[in-house]
Amino acid sequence: MSVYENVYTQVQVRPNAPDLGVEGELVADRLNQGFFVQLLGYIGNAQIGPIYLGTLGVVSLLFGFFAFEIIGLNMLASVHWSPIQFMRQLPWLALEPPKPEYGIHIMPPLAEGGWWLIAGFCLTTSLLLWWLRMYRRAYVLGLGSHNAWAFASAIWLYLVLGFIRPLLMGHWSEAVPFGIFPHLDWTAAFSIRYGNLFYNPFHMLSIAFLYGSALLFAMHGATILAVGRYGGEREVEQILYRGTAAERAALFWRWTMGFNATMESIHRWAWWFAVLCPLTGGIGILLTGTVVDNWYLWGVQHGISPSYPHMFPAVVDPAPATGAQ
Amino acid sequence: MGKIALAFVAGAAFLLTVAMLLTAGWTAPPIHTVQGGYRGLAMGQLSTPESERLLKLANTLPDAIDKASPDGDRATAVYKNVQVLTDLSADQFNRVMLGLAAWVAPPDQGCNYCHNPDNLADDGLYTKRVARRMLTMTRHINKDWQAHVGDTGVTCYTCHRGQPVPSAIWFAGEAPKTGGYAETNDGMGHPNKVNGSTAMNSDPFSTLLADKGVIRVQATKALPAGYGASIQSTENTYSLMIAMSYSLGVNCTFCHNSREFGQWAESTPQRVTAWHGLQLVRDLNANYLEPLKVEFPANRLGPTGDGPKLYCATCHQGASKPLLGVSLAKDWPELGGVAKP
Repeated sequence: MSVYENVYTQVQVRPNAPDLGVEGELVADRLNQGFFVQLLGYIGNAQIGPIYLGTLGVVSLLFGFFAFEIIGLNMLASVHWSPIQFMRQLPWLALEPPKPEYGIHIMPPLAEGGWWLIAGFCLTTSLLLWWLRMYRRAYVLGLGSHNAWAFASAIWLYLVLGFIRPLLMGHWSEAVPFGIFPHLDWTAAFSIRYGNLFYNPFHMLSIAFLYGSALLFAMHGATILAVGRYGGEREVEQILYRGTAAERAALFWRWTMGFNATMESIHRWAWWFAVLCPLTGGIGILLTGTVVDNWYLWGVQHGISPSYPHMFPAVVDPAPATGAQ
Repeated sequence: MGKIALAFVAGAAFLLTVAMLLTAGWTAPPIHTVQGGYRGLAMGQLSTPESERLLKLANTLPDAIDKASPDGDRATAVYKNVQVLTDLSADQFNRVMLGLAAWVAPPDQGCNYCHNPDNLADDGLYTKRVARRMLTMTRHINKDWQAHVGDTGVTCYTCHRGQPVPSAIWFAGEAPKTGGYAETNDGMGHPNKVNGSTAMNSDPFSTLLADKGVIRVQATKALPAGYGASIQSTENTYSLMIAMSYSLGVNCTFCHNSREFGQWAESTPQRVTAWHGLQLVRDLNANYLEPLKVEFPANRLGPTGDGPKLYCATCHQGASKPLLGVSLAKDWPELGGVAKP
């Protein structure tokens, strides 16, 4: 007998033809009808599409493509157009922002950061258009705009890193480079330059919300799967009745830690944790270099940075004695 | 159909896992930690029996060369064209020549690597002209850079280890391969040995060790006072520090408390020694190596036509104390070494 399991299932749950969703004008002008993917069916819904692209979607993807191409072709040029070296060094390849001497000039030479500005403009345009599209789709479907505002929180952090803070600092060079390792190395260097971000209270908040989000996600996902045998994935509709998956899930948490969210409030918890992670992080980045130049020393002034006993005789900077740097 | 797809995915996942396990650069335990700071600060130096064995192997000492009397005939009286070792006796002078042959010259060439066998006083070979300057440099290090080399001192062997060219030298980085309007990225985005396979500057030396670029990037006050070091120069310094770390076979916490790299009060005494080392390297590159560029033939020059230059690894070669702290110089007053009491 075939059994439906909710992590890996041998049963493909699918209608005979892809489901088009809400009837009426919303689906009238779809270009295709969607299709099924067997592999996806093993862990849940097998249907892919139909997707709504629309004007905003098309223009957003176009600008996204421009950014992707500008970044990719500059990376390819940096290995002398060698496809092999491109594959080999791809994680390291970079498109760096303009050098410090260009300040916030609107158009430094292409070879010294101009491409970075153009790519950043295209990517930002793409993201903002995608945000509009997300807002519009939710509106048309009669949803709340929660997804759009959550996405806006991520865009806030992105804009602080690549646009708002560089403007305040007066240097594009403060912005993040494009590239896999380059942006990670930037992060490490940024923290060191500004005296260790760990002493930045908004960085602390952001980390708390980041780890908190992961914890809440794990707790909620596990809870719903655990009550799957009682139809727990129907979450809210069960909320009013006794003995349902919803009540068992609530009891589980009240018994184990004394407090339970409801099937509705757990999503508010999760939404706020997720939204506050980039929101507080963005504030922390915005204050760095503009208001605080060395977070460790700021922490010393405010009793945050602990002091430890010294294990060595006093170490003194030798530079002033010799006049060297 | 589904089973085949699943088997394919599982197979691919397995192969990727194996590839990752085989290429991750594992270190075989046991890992030995030496605590270097107050407890809880993770200021530890790590080693394994294998790394210790390799380090010992890489720092074997050369055969000793019999001492020579400072008395007797003067070198200047016996040999022609003596310009640097003018204060030595002929015996001492010969001893230095034996040392150079053993430590620097290729075994199949010996004296003839630098000397014209028909006329030893001839300065025709570039190797002789370079070697003369190197002798001056060695004496300069032992005499004027006690702050870094202490009583341990250096000899030719500290860097050369039997090779005409020391194993760790550097040239200015290649010009960007991009042409036309493509972004140059200022030397970033390419992994190499110097930057420790990061995407940071692949040549921090040109700006910081040949030129006197500012290494210090961290703000020294809590609140901003104007625009300080850029992120790019921070990454340049970071890259230099990675190169130093590899050169000495230590990690950051050998010198720094990593919670605040810039604070001297939080640092270890080794940081002061290392600071003098950086000044030493700058001095040697500017006043000895750079001017020698004109002497070298094309095959000894770098990709952009500059001469070979040195950095920490040239002497240290993976050990925090070159040759694991053994002083050869104390037996070499000829090279300016200080005999320990």
